[in-house]
Amino acid sequence: MTEADTENLEIDLLLEAIFQRYGHDFRRYARASVRRRVKHFLAVTNVPRISDLIPRVLHEPTFFSQLLERFSIPVTEMFRDAPAYRFVREEVVPFLKTYPFVRVWHAGCATGEEVYSLAILLKEEGLYDKATIYATDFNDEALAKAKEGIYALDRVKAYTANYQAAGGAESFSEYYRADCNAAAIDSSLKQRVTFANHNLATDSVFGEMHLVLCRNVLIYFDRDLQNRALRLFADSLGRGGYLWLGSKEGLQFSEVEVLFRTVSRKWRIYQKKE
Amino acid sequence: MTAGNNNTRQFRAVAMGASAGGLNALGVVLDCLPAEFALPVIVAQHLHPTHGSCLADLLCARCALPVRESEDKDTIEPGTVYVAPPNYHLLVENEETLTLSVDGKVNYSRPSIDVLFESAADVWGRSVVGVLLTGANRDGADGLRHIRDQGGLTIAQTPASAEQPVMPQAAIDAGAVDRALSLDEIGRLLAEIGSETGRNNLRREV
Repeated sequence: MTEADTENLEIDLLLEAIFQRYGHDFRRYARASVRRRVKHFLAVTNVPRISDLIPRVLHEPTFFSQLLERFSIPVTEMFRDAPAYRFVREEVVPFLKTYPFVRVWHAGCATGEEVYSLAILLKEEGLYDKATIYATDFNDEALAKAKEGIYALDRVKAYTANYQAAGGAESFSEYYRADCNAAAIDSSLKQRVTFANHNLATDSVFGEMHLVLCRNVLIYFDRDLQNRALRLFADSLGRGGYLWLGSKEGLQFSEVEVLFRTVSRKWRIYQKKE
Repeated sequence: MTAGNNNTRQFRAVAMGASAGGLNALGVVLDCLPAEFALPVIVAQHLHPTHGSCLADLLCARCALPVRESEDKDTIEPGTVYVAPPNYHLLVENEETLTLSVDGKVNYSRPSIDVLFESAADVWGRSVVGVLLTGANRDGADGLRHIRDQGGLTIAQTPASAEQPVMPQAAIDAGAVDRALSLDEIGRLLAEIGSETGRNNLRREV
């Protein structure tokens, strides 16, 4: 057994311990990213070997919380892939406008930057007041930050260009209140948003949706877990509902591919067949 | 320059990193690889995060091998060049599969060369060739060191021949480099390694 094999075994045992002790299932996460995060956690906690994490994870829930945070370092930004937002504004919104109420599930919303991006888009399109956005993540700390909606001011300012490239025609600074180095998202953008804990690896279907977004989350899953999540999305969408993935993710080779038609290959937007 | 002392070793993949000046350097190296080159080549080139991803097209024009911008969970095919998409890290998931991540920038970079190299070393160990080309930062040095520690072959462009010497120099200073070579020499060595591997694989199949 090589050093790398041993390390993989240690990771297997750690993930099994986490699953059995806490119910968080990372066993079907993409191994390369898990390995990187575990090693990074080793370095910051000064623990020599991956297997040394196991007793601490089992006996110290606060230590596990630290690791959990490391496992879901959410990195997101407002209007990430701005042209994709423009596409949604121009091609998907007209469909949503045909409904009296619009239900959106944003799965894996992390710290919420993209939730508020969509809220802004819906508001500008006159859809926000009849929309309900369910924003979910398995990480409670990320959800708390998302709910709070307070971000570093310099970062939010930097999103202005994204906002404009996404087809935003208003003054972006109207959507947040600047205070020292922080930008607080306007509370009206929270009114139609419900934040909730949901784990794509272990939880089930989420209501009858018109639009499901899940962007740059599936890349962290292996093929099996991707298929599980995609089945959840397919089952959560009404007929004709839209699925919007990250721009390097796709339905190709997935089990649900046949249930959808491709609306935009470039932006990975799909529509559930009638 | 020969790959003579690598004869006993069966290389399975090439991981390559470049930053400023990389487009030209990658073009020169990839241009040396013949159409029958038998290894996958996985490339992390620093790019502007929101600029269009035309790197694959630009390299394709200069290379006998197919060049693709990597998708999530792409299957790794021999004789194919995979480039990291802008604003994503590209990692080797296992011997058959690539994976992407949007984890934070490493060395101010996404894609980061360190991230690619470390994952390549973890999967392929001594069977991977790491190649670090021109650049003005020190991304790639730690990753190349990791490849070397796992027994892989590590190559850097000679700083004197690089458009930007900082990156290969940082790797040399970190003790990460087996061979420092010019772009042409790197291309010829890879061609030799890749075709040897091809012949060996053929022999095994027969």
